[in-house]
Formats: sequence, C-alpha cells, structure tokens
Amino acid sequence: MGNPMKIRAASKDGVTDVKVLMSHEMETGFRKDASGATIPAWFIAEITAKLNDKVVMQSQWGPSVSKNPFLAFKIKGGQKGDKVVISWVDNKGDTRTDEATVT
Amino acid sequence: MQYGTLNRRALLIRSTATAIAAAIGSMVPTRFAFAAWNKAAFEAKTMADAYKGLGAAQAAESGDIQILASDIAENGAVVPLQAVSKIPGTTQISFLVEKNPNMLAALFDIGPDLLPDVTTRIKMGQTSNIIVLVKAGDKYFTATKEIKVTLGGCGG
Repeated sequence: MGNPMKIRAASKDGVTDVKVLMSHEMETGFRKDASGATIPAWFIAEITAKLNDKVVMQSQWGPSVSKNPFLAFKIKGGQKGDKVVISWVDNKGDTRTDEATVT
Repeated sequence: MQYGTLNRRALLIRSTATAIAAAIGSMVPTRFAFAAWNKAAFEAKTMADAYKGLGAAQAAESGDIQILASDIAENGAVVPLQAVSKIPGTTQISFLVEKNPNMLAALFDIGPDLLPDVTTRIKMGQTSNIIVLVKAGDKYFTATKEIKVTLGGCGG
C-alpha cells in the first residue's frame, strides 16, 4: 500500500549506510477530524531490514514517529551489488516491502 | 463456440490469479506479523511503565551514548533524532519522549550485523527531554537531551 519506499544504500569502508524514506500517515490516534470524531491510530509498527537474505535489523515504532517516516542505519559489511530489503507491517496488518541495490 | 472459449479463458485467468494469490500468501513470513509489537511498552503512559514494558530495571546514566539532534525543533511534527551508542555489546536502542502522551517512540534491535547508530524522525508535542535507553547485555543505560519545540507536533 502507499507509495514505494525510497531506499538508498551505499557501501564504504566496510559499512553499508542505509537511508529509507517511507510513505505512511502515522496517525497518533489523538487527532480529531472536522466533525469532532477521533481519527484512529494508524502507524507502522514493525520494520525489518535484510541484507540479501539475512535479517540485519528489526525495529518497532509507535505513532510518535513522524509522518512519512525516515530511517537510517548502518550495516557492518555489505558491498556493491548486494540487496537491501525493507519490510514494514502497520497496526492494521497492512504490509509493504521494497528493495534496493547497494551502490 | 465463442462462448465456450470465453468461459475457458475466464476460468484459466481466475485459477492463475488464485494460484498467484496463494503463492504470495505463503511467502509472507510470520515473522512480519504485527504480534511481536511490544504493546505494554508502546502504550505505557508513564516512564516507569515504559521502562517496565521494555524490561529495563534500573538504568544508569551514561556518557557513552551520543544523542545527535538540534537543541531547537522548528516543527514538532518532524524532529530528526540520531543516537550512537559507544557502550560495548549494545543490543537495543530506544527513543523516549518524556512529555509525549505515549513516551516510547521507537526501539531498534541492534543485531550482530548492525552498528549501534540509528536515526529517525519523531513527533514531539512540546518542549521535552528525549531519553535514549540503551540495552547492553542485561544492563540498561540512558542519556538525556532537552529539545525545545516551537510548534508542537501532534496536530491537536
């Protein structure tokens, strides 16, 4: 769902720097709409990152993470041509996976 | 004759679609299921409960945790926050916002393939202390930084 994540992964000096920009509303559940009804919480809850087939990072978020979340982390190792795969699941059970090649 | 062909084609398309859907369904690993989310910690309304949800007993202040963020956030809806832990054996880094209604914003599991250096952007409702909680072995450490917010970020 939503737009594809923008993933940039660059390998240098034995470290692969990964930056991800995701597309998601990240509703806190505190906002009210025009009619006064509370907009339900809707946010990315779990994120998993893989380098090729190996899980390298897992993260859990609450609705305090900003809308259209940004995430950056550093993998030990990795090299040009490797694949970085990012997946997320939100609190409604919706999920998205995108991948990028390490440059 | 035409009608018969159309029927068979529709059946073929439908059965292929079903097969594809089944294949995709079986490819979604259960690891990605929402069930692993730490509800107790993320729904905690006090720092003490958030710590408890994270399994953090006592946390000692540490000078080996770097919090990289602006002192002043122009827009509380989007506050960039980076933490680097120099504590050996770091396995988890969590971001907590003291004055947010739900204090725990994010937690990162630092596996063996990851440097203890993570960045995200968080919402802050108002000027508040940011607490970075690091788990190393079975000990917990914290560092605190105040970020001033000029425009609160929870949209309320």
